[in-house]
Amino acid sequence: MTTTTDEAGRGQQLATPTPPAGPSRTAGGHRRRTFTVRRGFGLLGFLAPAFIFVAIFIYYPMIAGSQMAFRNWNLANLTDTSWVGFGNFLAVFADPAFGKVVLNTVVWVVASIVPQFVIGFGIALWLRRKFRFRGLYQAMIFFPWAISGFLIGILFRWMFNSEFGVINDLLQKVGLIDTPIPWLADPNTAMFAVIVANVWYGVTFFAIMILAALQSVPEDLFEAAALDGAGKARMLFQITIPYIRTTLALTVLLRVIWIFNFPDIIYGMTGGGPANQTHILTTWMIATTQRGDYGRASAIGLIVVAILLVFTAFYLLSMREKKVKA
Amino acid sequence: MIDKETSRAKAVKFLFLGLWLVITVFPLYWIVVTSFKKPGAIFSYPLTYWPEVFSIENYLGLFAKAQFGTYVVNSLIVATVAAVIATFISMLSAYVLARFEFRSKGAILLAFLATQMIPSFIALGPLYLLMTQLKLVDNRFGLILIYIAVCIPFCTVMLRGFFENIPDALEEAAMIDGCSRFGALFRVLVPVLKPGIVAAFIFNFVNCWNELFLSVTLINSDANKTIPTALNGFITSYNIDWGSMSAAAVLTIIPTMVLFAFASRYIVQGLTAGAVKG
Repeated sequence: MTTTTDEAGRGQQLATPTPPAGPSRTAGGHRRRTFTVRRGFGLLGFLAPAFIFVAIFIYYPMIAGSQMAFRNWNLANLTDTSWVGFGNFLAVFADPAFGKVVLNTVVWVVASIVPQFVIGFGIALWLRRKFRFRGLYQAMIFFPWAISGFLIGILFRWMFNSEFGVINDLLQKVGLIDTPIPWLADPNTAMFAVIVANVWYGVTFFAIMILAALQSVPEDLFEAAALDGAGKARMLFQITIPYIRTTLALTVLLRVIWIFNFPDIIYGMTGGGPANQTHILTTWMIATTQRGDYGRASAIGLIVVAILLVFTAFYLLSMREKKVKA
Repeated sequence: MIDKETSRAKAVKFLFLGLWLVITVFPLYWIVVTSFKKPGAIFSYPLTYWPEVFSIENYLGLFAKAQFGTYVVNSLIVATVAAVIATFISMLSAYVLARFEFRSKGAILLAFLATQMIPSFIALGPLYLLMTQLKLVDNRFGLILIYIAVCIPFCTVMLRGFFENIPDALEEAAMIDGCSRFGALFRVLVPVLKPGIVAAFIFNFVNCWNELFLSVTLINSDANKTIPTALNGFITSYNIDWGSMSAAAVLTIIPTMVLFAFASRYIVQGLTAGAVKG
């Protein structure tokens, strides 16, 4: 909706998560040529390099990695790589940390995404109207994206440092706390600290996506509503939000998947500690990999994929139902 | 919105926007300030919000102790080569996916997008074994090959969005004038889309420059380490030397920030288009 003007009014189309295939697409867009055998070979040449790279270095290892989940595969003993069926999965489920890690993952995703969404939405609404230096402002709040999650983890690890951390110092100056809090060493506060870092990082994404969506809402809708005497709040809830609902829902879905799979900040900040308190499934998987137990790590990876697939399916279904009702 | 903002609404708006700006910039400010303090001053009370004595000791120490120069050169080589090749390859595939209709197109796009959804750590073990067979473990060239593959899917989707904005008529005219399809792409489309392509390159470069888990798995020797791999070594040691760490962080962040500042408009466009479409 941000790229082609001819799509601006067709919010409905955005509901399909996969790009529509086949010539049906040609109806509203540009005229597309069809694929003939003669042309096919030439075009295959254009696609081949991308295919080859992705197949060899992404899909092959992913598929090979998936079958490791069903084998005994430990760097400590590579002579025995026998098939163990669901043994690795059972070992994961039986691990005393498993329940804790799953719960952490849910907390990590939900507690990160809600503030990200709310603050991001507010910023997007406020950025809608042009003001001087708006471009500069956008560029400046965009900057966390240039930093890797790992480095953000390191920056916040330093700021949350218990003795020389600036966060404790500021909180003491304002009078909110009397004594320094050992944020990352205390099991009760560590999760909070990593989520703060993640919220800081993720707000921009929502702000930018929502702003792009807001700018697709036709101005005359507001004009009509204003003539009917609608107030600002009503416009927001009865025009703006319904209009961009599909985009909002898809942005949230993408973000949930992404944050679920995003171990970098935690890895840089706490490494999953103290006492597994900040381990989410993917950081747990990295820790398992680093112990050399590739079989079990792959099992965790497949569990992640399974959870995300089920979640995505339910999410898309509920989106479709809401749409039918509306 | 067409109605006038009241001055109070305006004040609230700028207060919050200003507050968020401060929150956004503060961590960067803090790491820069830390890096310019004298090593002893970092661990002293009370905390100072500006270096009492400006010192580049942390930076000098970094290059003296930790071979940081080697890591910077490695990161530059790996990220530049991988980003150039990945951008070129993605341009070819994006062009086909933007301009032609064929049955498997949806499947191809889905296969590309799926790579963004699956935890890449599943691939680490087999990738290590594959690279061992190819004799490319602990090798910068091996890392480049993998980074190219990692960049291609998203870069293709992003560039496809840009290509779709350009009317077909441009290349058709060029092809009537006797250009081949390849020629039409490079003589006509690429010049028009230069900013978008540069942005795609920058996006790839920054991703490769920042990449951690693959390089940690595949690179062991100091001579081949990239910056994030080296930083990973810094944090896993028991006592983190925050002086060197902050200097290293600043040197890692600054180049990517400058690049992103140039390209942010197009990256935003690519990201919003890619995500909204799917």
